[in-house]
Amino acid sequence: MIEDAFAYLLDGSNWSGSEGMLALLLQQLLLTATALAVACVLGLPIALWLGHLGRGGFLAVNISNIGRAVPTYAVLVLLSVSDAGPFGTAELGPYGRAGFATLFSLILFALPPIITNAYVGVREVDKDLVEASRGMGMHGVQVFREVELPLARPVIVTGVRLALVQVWATATIAALVEGPGLGKVIVAGFFNSNYGKGIAGAIVVAAVALLLEGASTFAERRSDPLRRATPSPRKVTVSSQRDDGREATGEPLIP
Amino acid sequence: MTLLAEAAPEPLCYGTVVNEWICADYFRDRSDELTSATAEHLSITLGAVALGLVMAIPLAVMARRSKRLEGWVLSLSTGLYTIPSLALFPLLVPFTGITATTVVLGLALYSLTILVRNTLSGLRSVPDEVRESAVGNGYGPTRLLLQIELPLALPVVIAGLRVATVSTVALTTVGTLVSYGGLGNLLASGVKDDFKAQIFAASLLCVLLALVLDAVLVVVQRVLTPWSRAGS
Repeated sequence: MIEDAFAYLLDGSNWSGSEGMLALLLQQLLLTATALAVACVLGLPIALWLGHLGRGGFLAVNISNIGRAVPTYAVLVLLSVSDAGPFGTAELGPYGRAGFATLFSLILFALPPIITNAYVGVREVDKDLVEASRGMGMHGVQVFREVELPLARPVIVTGVRLALVQVWATATIAALVEGPGLGKVIVAGFFNSNYGKGIAGAIVVAAVALLLEGASTFAERRSDPLRRATPSPRKVTVSSQRDDGREATGEPLIP
Repeated sequence: MTLLAEAAPEPLCYGTVVNEWICADYFRDRSDELTSATAEHLSITLGAVALGLVMAIPLAVMARRSKRLEGWVLSLSTGLYTIPSLALFPLLVPFTGITATTVVLGLALYSLTILVRNTLSGLRSVPDEVRESAVGNGYGPTRLLLQIELPLALPVVIAGLRVATVSTVALTTVGTLVSYGGLGNLLASGVKDDFKAQIFAASLLCVLLALVLDAVLVVVQRVLTPWSRAGS
């Protein structure tokens, strides 16, 4: 089976063409980028604002728990079969068959890590620092922009990174409902007992997942001046334990 | 015509003409199918989480010994978690074949991420005084671990188990790729036949199963760690 998989990967004709792996890879990257961008635009402002006000924590934290209990596959199935509104299996430009249903579920599953981390990040900025900056005469917006946001940034960025991994994984599952993306190669291989093909697709999907994770971790480190200066202490804040013993922020959510 | 209709009454809300999302007839007519899919789902989930826990405890105990080992164990389990489930199962197939083992093993590997982390921090949360008094009372390393440290780490370990169990229930559905997906198999055939009642029922049962197992673990924790209630 493994030999078949490598033979499939090394055959150039499997990569070219409109249904080739390269086209599907680009399609899945496009889906991932779009969903992540939309989820950030929708989720970040509200979560940051609630974190600044210190309200709605119950919702922000529980949204992760709900997101975890709902199977991504079930949501994809429900949306792609639904004939209400824009859902269903209709083509959506470069996003392919069931494009809207897929994008919608990707955004849905990208929101929990983004919202939870943005909220917790701002909320858990040292209260003494916030008090001190108020004492210096900063008003709300200034406190948020000059103090809370820079200090919360590592945690917020971690949330976006977790969302990226989550979105990539969900985009792969879209193929189970005959949706777009590289998962098609895996599903087509397995459903036609062409296991070499299925495994080849899985190797590409896994490799890109690890690359995305590696690149985003690298970018995360680079973007945080504090972490670069002192390698470990920031990590303590990121993976601080909550009283239920579960990690508040570093916690993965990926299917 | 009348005779036929009496012999096999048409279900009211699913069939060739009607295709409703919520359908009581479906639950009644297909209860056997639903029960066996739920049972498969439950056994895959429980098997995976149990296997995950059995692997996580030694890994955490090992990782506790050195910073470097900890780094390796944590980055390995995080790396595994990064791989989408639809890709992880195929990667295991050359070793375990088209069997339920593939799904159970894949999901167990996923659960390691949270279980190793939580077991590690549970063990770390044991106060040094407690450890020292145990050693002073003549506890060897094995007895110290089994009778003092692990029981005291239980609340944090169970918190991890809850997270792992709930996400494993959701992920089991993807096992339908190798035709061992429990309720996921019903979702797959529901998509193929555009059978809304089946899709709705399978999704609903999946979420319910996650909630029930979570509640069971809360009760288990209360029973096993009565001291954690006394304090609060």
